[in-house]
Amino acid sequence: MQLRSKDLLGIEGLTEQEITLILDTADSFREVSERSIKKVPTLRGRTIINFFHEPSTRTRISFEIAAKRMSADGINFTKSGSSFSKGETLLDTVLNLQAMQADLIVIRHAVPGAPGLIARHLDASVINAGDGPHEHPTQALLDMLTIRRNLGSLKGKTVVIVGDIAFSRVARSNIHGLVTMGARVIVAGPPTLIPMGIERLGVEVSYDLDRVIPEADAIMILRIQLERQGKIFLPSLREYSRLYCLTADRLRQARRDVLVMHPGPINRGIEIDPRVADGDRSVILDQVANGVAVRMALLFLLAGRKEMTMNQ
Amino acid sequence: MTDLLLKNGRIIDPVNHRDETGDILIRDGRIAGTGKNLKPDGVETEIDVTGKWIVPGLVDMHVHLREPGREDKETIQTGCQAAVAGGFTAVACMPNTVPVNDNQSITRFILDKALDAPARVYPIAAITRGLDGSQLTDMAELHDAGVVAFSDDGRCVTNADLLRRAMDYTKLFDGLIIEHCEDPVLSNGGVMREGFVCTTLGLSPIPSLAEELMVARDIRIAEYTGGRLHIAHVSSRESVRLIAEARERGVRVSAEVTPHHLFLTDEEVRSFDTNTKMNPPLGTEQDRKALEDALIAGVIDCIATDHAPHTEQEKMVEYDYAPNGVIGLETALPLVLTQLVHSRRMSPSRMVEVMSVNPCRILGMEGGTLSDHAVADITVIDPERLWLVEPSRFYSKSRNTPFGGMSLRGAAAMTIVSGRIVYQADEE
Ligand SMILES: [Zn+2]
Repeated sequence: MQLRSKDLLGIEGLTEQEITLILDTADSFREVSERSIKKVPTLRGRTIINFFHEPSTRTRISFEIAAKRMSADGINFTKSGSSFSKGETLLDTVLNLQAMQADLIVIRHAVPGAPGLIARHLDASVINAGDGPHEHPTQALLDMLTIRRNLGSLKGKTVVIVGDIAFSRVARSNIHGLVTMGARVIVAGPPTLIPMGIERLGVEVSYDLDRVIPEADAIMILRIQLERQGKIFLPSLREYSRLYCLTADRLRQARRDVLVMHPGPINRGIEIDPRVADGDRSVILDQVANGVAVRMALLFLLAGRKEMTMNQ
Repeated sequence: MTDLLLKNGRIIDPVNHRDETGDILIRDGRIAGTGKNLKPDGVETEIDVTGKWIVPGLVDMHVHLREPGREDKETIQTGCQAAVAGGFTAVACMPNTVPVNDNQSITRFILDKALDAPARVYPIAAITRGLDGSQLTDMAELHDAGVVAFSDDGRCVTNADLLRRAMDYTKLFDGLIIEHCEDPVLSNGGVMREGFVCTTLGLSPIPSLAEELMVARDIRIAEYTGGRLHIAHVSSRESVRLIAEARERGVRVSAEVTPHHLFLTDEEVRSFDTNTKMNPPLGTEQDRKALEDALIAGVIDCIATDHAPHTEQEKMVEYDYAPNGVIGLETALPLVLTQLVHSRRMSPSRMVEVMSVNPCRILGMEGGTLSDHAVADITVIDPERLWLVEPSRFYSKSRNTPFGGMSLRGAAAMTIVSGRIVYQADEE
């Protein structure tokens, strides 16, 4: 089996079988990462370009490490060090990258739909590494891998996503993925950060974190920012913390085997208590390790696509 | 001036309550007679239009011709060629050119250029100088120079006091104020209608409230002053309700709807195609349905395209960075025929009302009728012509349509302005 599309633009539209394929493949690459020589020759000679139109450290490094462990040639192309400050359009830039024989382009961009725009014009595969508040599929896949490895399965599990749902690509991708995999999803946050119509994606909405905590098998905390797009959505971070910070007290109301997750970077003390972030229910560092495995799996499934097709 | 006789067409002329097969004689740029088997002397050109409809020339009261200033997108000439190819004999052009049509010399420039263009051009002047929303233009002088209305289209007159003064002042000559209703504080940064689709895509939302609040405010100002208000490109169900109520109270308010708001919804944005990006943004199916019902029932007076040409390179960018707007002159009539008339949602004579009679009435222009002595602005429609929307074949300089690739039924066969044939479709 392989993925139907040459690109990974989002989790929306992936089937349960496709997600399972990615997670199973990632499981096998976790093992590679635990060896002393953490490298396989699978993608030798393949060129992968990390095209980051927006600052990102974690995701970019995770993709870089994944490419190295697969023996691919990875090249970084970021906003400051390139020509798109000179007024070149996004499309012109990526057509240039294509002309340099890139096999796969990883793109991070502030505007929803930008990865799709370039994917339509490229033969190379495109992986969306986050497009504005739209999707961040590799983050959702690593989150699902983390839950599956810790709890055995996703089906029937209750996942509470807390915080800024309106501006979160992590929330959107996770909602699509978790719902597809048969999990129950509750989004919790202040009404100003719950976007209109979100329940139609198959989630439950709650403004009251304390009420839903006891039901959670996993709690996914999102990063909070006071101001977005020049608009104020919250009275203060202090008030936000009072209502939605995952504190040790709140965590005591949860199941004893609950997973505490955060996509990073963490605002310690604002959305999550440092003791909880570093506590025994936290799988935050596990998420980081799974991130590399998921990205290795995707590079394998997408950049290795032509080869697999030829072998069949 | 040559004479012209159109024979055996279906004459649809709602002003005269007429819908019957017959001939129509045009002499010296005016209609010289209508009836069965006309046999006048000395007719130079006789055209058999059996199976086609003869209607008063269609009028689009909301277009952007881009000249002066952005002739790379459109010119008065190419815009008018697109108009007549789409069956329109006249267009009213918005003032947001570069420079803005906020003084009589620009108005005269436009009227001058229009002399060589195939369609009539009615300039609309700005309400405020430079569209800056702070100081009124010389409205009486502009009126004398030939503008048909005033609008800061593209922007809303957010200063309520200024809009109130504009509505008072234009009572001098019973002028018309056309408002682009949008509270920019509410829509700030938004690129599509707030709702489920927007939430899914993660694009910045524009609440329908941004339009509705200004519709409500403007209706009250029109009611308070007794001025004449026309609401451009209505896009929400709640706006429709506000307009319906106002008309019941006798407020002097009229309204238009665009073909894209009539035939598309925010679901189209899922493609991230920048030809689905316009202002106001596409609404939900409920909005679309309410607009259609209101147009059929008479709450909305007319269809106007908001023809807004943009170059391909401007639209081939990330969704947030693309300019708002789509072109519409060459697709409006085929869309209305296909989606509303052939489906029997709307009668052919109501179509003539909303695309000809009412825009003429609102703008106070000649036209909209096939009465004897009326100006011979006529559109001949082939209701059965199968037509594939191919943007590469447009007369417009621009290609930014969301309707590319659609198969439509019905189109303009011939367009006549002042008794002169300015467009004739190829026989296929
Ligand atoms: Zn407008």
